[in-house]
Amino acid sequence: MELESWTIDATRSALAAGTITATELAERHYSEIAEQDKKINSFLALSRERAMAQAARIDALAAKGDPLPALAGVPVGIKDVLTMKGSPATAGSLILKGYLPPYDATSVTKLEAAGAVLLGKLNCDEFAMGSSNENSAYGPVLNPRALDRVPGGSSGGSAAAVAANFAIASLGTDTGGSIRQPASFCGVVGVLPTYGRVSRYGLIAFASSLDRVGPFTRNVKDAATVLQVIAGQDVMDATSSERPVEDYVAALDQPVEGLRVGVPQEYFGEGLDPEVRAAVERVLDSLKAAKCIIKPVSLPHTRYAIPVYYVIATAEASSNLSRFDGVRFGLRAEESNTLAAMYRKTRDEGFGAEVKRRILLGTYVLSAGYYDAYYRKAQQVRTLLTRDFLSAFHDVDVLVAPVTPTPAFKLGEKTDDPVKMYLEDIYSVAASLAGICGMSVPCGQTSAGLPIGVQVMGQHFGEATMLRVAHAIEASRA
Amino acid sequence: MSEQAVSIEDVRRVAELANLELTPEEEPRMQRDLNAILGHIAQLNELNTEGVPPMAQVGEMLGGVPESHGEPLRTDAVRPSVDRAAVMAVAPESDGRFFKVPKVIER
Repeated sequence: MELESWTIDATRSALAAGTITATELAERHYSEIAEQDKKINSFLALSRERAMAQAARIDALAAKGDPLPALAGVPVGIKDVLTMKGSPATAGSLILKGYLPPYDATSVTKLEAAGAVLLGKLNCDEFAMGSSNENSAYGPVLNPRALDRVPGGSSGGSAAAVAANFAIASLGTDTGGSIRQPASFCGVVGVLPTYGRVSRYGLIAFASSLDRVGPFTRNVKDAATVLQVIAGQDVMDATSSERPVEDYVAALDQPVEGLRVGVPQEYFGEGLDPEVRAAVERVLDSLKAAKCIIKPVSLPHTRYAIPVYYVIATAEASSNLSRFDGVRFGLRAEESNTLAAMYRKTRDEGFGAEVKRRILLGTYVLSAGYYDAYYRKAQQVRTLLTRDFLSAFHDVDVLVAPVTPTPAFKLGEKTDDPVKMYLEDIYSVAASLAGICGMSVPCGQTSAGLPIGVQVMGQHFGEATMLRVAHAIEASRA
Repeated sequence: MSEQAVSIEDVRRVAELANLELTPEEEPRMQRDLNAILGHIAQLNELNTEGVPPMAQVGEMLGGVPESHGEPLRTDAVRPSVDRAAVMAVAPESDGRFFKVPKVIER
């Protein structure tokens, strides 16, 4: 079987039937990485020893005929902002070069406990700040579907690895669109769970009121399966919710007939690529054919989402990133006579331009005299944006919209203009600010063969319904 | 809020607050970028937000208990943490018990 055909279900059945071992499947993925990832640049580090030990454990279970856990033998990659004990965690930054975290992120622990084979760490924009993966200190990732294009960001490596068949699933993180946008650019499924649904313990923080962890896979059912494993309360993350986790996989088979699908008018305005628009409209037609009720809705504050995001996210980042000072982990600049000089030199050498830009902006909006004008104002508009969604969800069960205004753009196309790059997230940041769940599902391609994703957004903790609609969208294309 | 353009002095002051050292080449570029981004952010002034409560956490909006941001907090009890030796082993400089840093106070 070709690597691209492997799914989570296929892996479990093949292991149970003895037609492949977890060891063989891991080796096949490692060979593919060895041959193909030189050009894609998705993996920053491989955790071969750990992966092969886990594969051997799974093979022992299978040999005994014991029941196999949900992700038995499934090769998975981890975005390099999440910690894996004993593997480097760079966050795509020079400031963490050489850092080997002494603990696992909760999502990593949960994946491994469910039988997943952790292949290694995946490239990303530095501290998850970027929309193209061009901000990684370890070089950009190329889009496996079109090598002259970016894979999106910041979880570019996570999306590319799944698209290139280097892994069956991966974990990414999303602060303003960093799972949904790369999923859409690379033609894979990417899920942003509700804020509080998945533990962030072991996630190197960027903007704590926004950061979330979620899966990339090649189909909706695999996404539901991985989410099921990583969701749930964690005592190590005070923001994780105690709400019970629904059965996401079971939800996929429920009919979508009668579900109310909202179409936010503000997501179809100027700047939307005609081929992306047409693809999303075809999705709406297919949902209508499946007897969903399609309703136009308004989210009137949408245009303010980017400015709100760039105040709140940078303010939080300026605070979170103050911990990188050369004292406890990673890089320390040599030859500093005083502590203050050591902080400044370490941070100057260690941070890239985009991270410095955001730290400066965040420090500026929080500084004396500007706090009320910028930070408090942005928090107030965040309330208005969230109320838009809460009120829309009185009338509809899910929202369907584009993920991005355009398909994957070319490397270097937007690197000179930060505002242009930030506007890339125009359809994704509002869901991030409101804390609702969202996902990108492949829904077609452009005439040039570039993947197009459609965004399905669900209510807070409404993952089951969101995944059900995504599954229907996927099925309508099969 | 944004008739106030960011000057080079502002950039230097903010860089100092953020413990960042910018090169002479970086300063004008950061000034240009901050002004461009703040210019975009100025759109927020179009909105009247009088009486709108600021939102710091998602849970606040979901009708939970305000003190706990809508989600209950765990009990405040002592529990084992990451092993000290493991933490010190990955520090840039340590004597095994403490992090070592350059002189803090000049005499």
